[in-house]
Amino acid sequence: MSDMNTPLAKVRGLGSAKTGTHHWWMQRVSAVANIPLVIWFVVSMLGHVQSDFATLFSWMQVPFVAVLMILLIANMSYHMNLGLQIAIEDYVHGRARIVSMLVLDFATVVLAVLGIFSVLKISVGG
Amino acid sequence: MAKANRPLSPHLQVYKWGIHMVASILHRATGAALAFGLLLLVWWLTALATGPDYFNYVTMLLTSTVGRLVLFGITFAAMQHLASGIRHLIMDTGVLYDLERNRFSAQLTIVFSIIATLGIWYQAYALAGKI
Repeated sequence: MSDMNTPLAKVRGLGSAKTGTHHWWMQRVSAVANIPLVIWFVVSMLGHVQSDFATLFSWMQVPFVAVLMILLIANMSYHMNLGLQIAIEDYVHGRARIVSMLVLDFATVVLAVLGIFSVLKISVGG
Repeated sequence: MAKANRPLSPHLQVYKWGIHMVASILHRATGAALAFGLLLLVWWLTALATGPDYFNYVTMLLTSTVGRLVLFGITFAAMQHLASGIRHLIMDTGVLYDLERNRFSAQLTIVFSIIATLGIWYQAYALAGKI
């Protein structure tokens, strides 16, 4: 059972890349991680419907809050990237697909870094 | 790429609509809407990091009538995607594939998201002392 490949298949070397389920699995992992993060975010925002700039600013400086907000941004960006990638694969074809994927990946990183840097600037630099 | 007129799998319009189909389509549509929601969240965070003047300007936009409608829509998208996502996680274990449970669980996600969205916004208005 260790090797079912034909000699020709071996020479061609086009076997499994061993990463086939990684995308699917990480989408589930990030989905599960999003559940508590989103509940925390919604409850937090409800607690701040009356808050002004100063209140929200000092709230964001609390380490616990800053860490959860960074986790939320990072995990949501990742989950968004995985999900939109599938949508692109379904609807965009040819050269446009490659361009869309690149734009998606660049945009994801820019979005995540902007969000995380903002939280850090408030909590560490503020 | 071959440009021949090869048959494609049938698209949305050929099917008779069912609630499971609505849930499936909503899952993807709300996912895309939430990408926009994440953009708004990051914008809001950058505004908070920038300073009070810009933050108050962004808050003014987000709490305007149009802003509230957008945020209401994003709340619904989040709740629907959350419920539907949990349904998908459950389906990944191999259950809910019989027609009856599949249909019922699809209905449940929509009932949940409507109630949760209205509940969150009722709570927000109540906490703001406007109800």
